Amino acid sequence: MGKISKYVTYRGQEGQWSWLLHRITGIGVFLFLLAHILDTAMIGWGPRIYNETMAIYRHPLFRIGEVILAGAVLYHALNGVRIIIIDFWPESNAAQKKYFYAVVVLFTLIFVPAAIYMMAWMTK
Amino acid sequence: MQVTLKIRRFNPEKDQEPWWGEYKFDAEPTDRLLDALNHVKWHVDGTLTFRRSCAHGVCGSDAMLINGKNGLACKLLLKNLGSKITIEPMRGFRVIKDLLVDMEAFFDKYRSIKPYFITRSPEPEKERLQSSEQRQKYDDTTKCILCGACTTSCPSFWANPDYVGPAAIVNAHRFIFDSRDEGEEERLSVLNLNEGVWRCRTIFNCVEACPRGINVTRAIGEIKKALLLRKI
Repeated sequence: MGKISKYVTYRGQEGQWSWLLHRITGIGVFLFLLAHILDTAMIGWGPRIYNETMAIYRHPLFRIGEVILAGAVLYHALNGVRIIIIDFWPESNAAQKKYFYAVVVLFTLIFVPAAIYMMAWMTK
Repeated sequence: MQVTLKIRRFNPEKDQEPWWGEYKFDAEPTDRLLDALNHVKWHVDGTLTFRRSCAHGVCGSDAMLINGKNGLACKLLLKNLGSKITIEPMRGFRVIKDLLVDMEAFFDKYRSIKPYFITRSPEPEKERLQSSEQRQKYDDTTKCILCGACTTSCPSFWANPDYVGPAAIVNAHRFIFDSRDEGEEERLSVLNLNEGVWRCRTIFNCVEACPRGINVTRAIGEIKKALLLRKI
């Protein structure tokens, strides 16, 4: 049994998937923050270098990455609130699946319009 | 109905690697999975090894990974499992043979939370009284049968076998929230360690796996809260 495979082959339910997504989005956001620290540090080499570095973010690939990043931050934040509720009010645990679906609904309501807005440049 | 049991087999004396054994036979839809396993053992291949004892969901011997989810073989009916059933040993324990796993470390952790009454106050003249409200606080966690289904469904446990695990925490909860018990300090200090309750990431696999319907994550959460607020 592979080390990673057991995490996805176990037939867990909402709780397991919400946790896996929370981990993946967390690592994604962390990696972006590392890159962001590096790009901001470029200011130390003067405005020209900084501006050239920032221009990378206007590359279509990075603009799509930006939409994925926004989604990752949004899911991580919403599910984070779900975890806080679960942690501080253990008696609310029975409703954890409902909270997960609330996260999914809120995520869709916020992310879909935001993604359309962020991708508008594609049609121009 | 026709059923096919696909069982993960491993005999460390013969096999280099685990392998899948497939057994096809006729069975009643109302048979339990344990009946089907017994059929294989008694009539097809006597070397098939698994634990079972009471066969009525009380002793907690026959927990295994059934169709990708932990459960007791004696509490699941074939009609609810489909015609092809995959059976593996519980994950995270060393496999001794086939579905038989080494649970020694599991019981060591159970013992580490001191699963017995601890009292220091002088013995009362009659019994130690308890109101039904006080009894209610730990009612859920008295149901544990130590089958191991929760602990071996827990990704935190798979990642770190030293994690004390949901089953031991459930049994600690049973005593910590018992108004007659006075050992909460020693139990909480074990659970406050690196390998204690804080490894729980509220994944809820334990709740889904528990054949007794215990809200395990809630019990763990109540202990986390008791540690945080220093209040039971």
